[in-house]
Amino acid sequence: MDIGVLTAGILTLAIYSFLYKDNPVYKMAESWLIGLSIGYALVIFWQTTIIDILIVPLFKDGRVVLVIPFALGLLMFSRFSRGSSWLSRIPIAFMIGAGAGVAIPAMLYARTLKQMSASVMPLITENGGFNIEALVVAVGLLSTLAYFYFSREHKGPIGKTAKLGTYFLMIFFGATFGYTVMSRMSTFVGRVDFLLTDFLHVIR
Amino acid sequence: MRTRIPLLVCLVSGIIMFAQYFSSHPIAKTVYNGILEWWQIIFAFTMFVGVAAFIRNSLKNMRRKGEAPYRVAALVGLTLMPLLALIGGTKFGSPFLWAFDNMIAPMQSTVFSLLAFFVVSASFRGFRARTIPATILLLTALIVLIGRIPIAELISESFPKLTFWIQSYPSMAARRAILIGIGLGSMTTALRVILGIERTYLRGE
Repeated sequence: MDIGVLTAGILTLAIYSFLYKDNPVYKMAESWLIGLSIGYALVIFWQTTIIDILIVPLFKDGRVVLVIPFALGLLMFSRFSRGSSWLSRIPIAFMIGAGAGVAIPAMLYARTLKQMSASVMPLITENGGFNIEALVVAVGLLSTLAYFYFSREHKGPIGKTAKLGTYFLMIFFGATFGYTVMSRMSTFVGRVDFLLTDFLHVIR
Repeated sequence: MRTRIPLLVCLVSGIIMFAQYFSSHPIAKTVYNGILEWWQIIFAFTMFVGVAAFIRNSLKNMRRKGEAPYRVAALVGLTLMPLLALIGGTKFGSPFLWAFDNMIAPMQSTVFSLLAFFVVSASFRGFRARTIPATILLLTALIVLIGRIPIAELISESFPKLTFWIQSYPSMAARRAILIGIGLGSMTTALRVILGIERTYLRGE
């Protein structure tokens, strides 16, 4: 048997041993996975960011301006020193500020305007028919937004609309739940298929 | 100084990134790309700080009863990947990629699939059709669950169509409303952060 398949099979079974109960074999596999994943991320970040974006352009291409993010990055390590840990706030503030600056127009476009424009569909179609889907989307969107409108008490027409909104929210939660469970199940089927076909050779 | 400098840095970087959106001048694009590069570099350093903190905590907690083997396993795994990359590189066919394909990827997908059992068992205990909203949730979940497996077409041809309709229209309407809420909330928070009203990121040294 291929050593890779053997390793993957043993580790897969070690993780599934948790279905019986929490046990040392599972804990060991879990710790192993955590360590390997961090090590993997470390290598990828080192290669794709530190080497490709910092070291090569700074020392090979002479882009001296990169000294600034390098220094800001090093300031992050001040978190380990009690006296100077406040210095780590500077790179954090830079990241949060830049992220917030990008987020305002991006959120306005992708999360607000784009969603609104996609929800506005013609109620009457080209051949004169009634577009029930457009009505469902419009009613669903407005009633769900009414549910999240907290500036007025949910009484009277707003209360009734908000209640309708909860029904749409339940449909969304139910559909998302079903979709999530099925995606996890398909992953499970994939793992069982690997165990029975490649690892144990029960299915050929 | 400990608060003012970070607030100033946040304000300046936030305004620059916000303002560049309204300009198509090449300088604005250069500044935008440059700051994104800086952001990536600092982010990589935060990752290294996280790794250092993980190693420090693992070494500290190793003294706890019964914890040592797991901490050692994690630290060995952490050291192994950079070592493999150092010895054989990260190209196709390298030991580094072998470890990813045969250890990390199978374990990650197994942990991911493990959650299916917990989601199902938790929902089995929690789902009760006591109220109208709970019944709607339960029915929708059942329809989508059945509608996304091949057997659904054998039960009724309209089952997959109904699943598609639910996901495309009523569910999508609520999803869009949530996204609009998230968008408005994010914009407000971002504005508060840039203006220095929201300062929670300055806590915890």
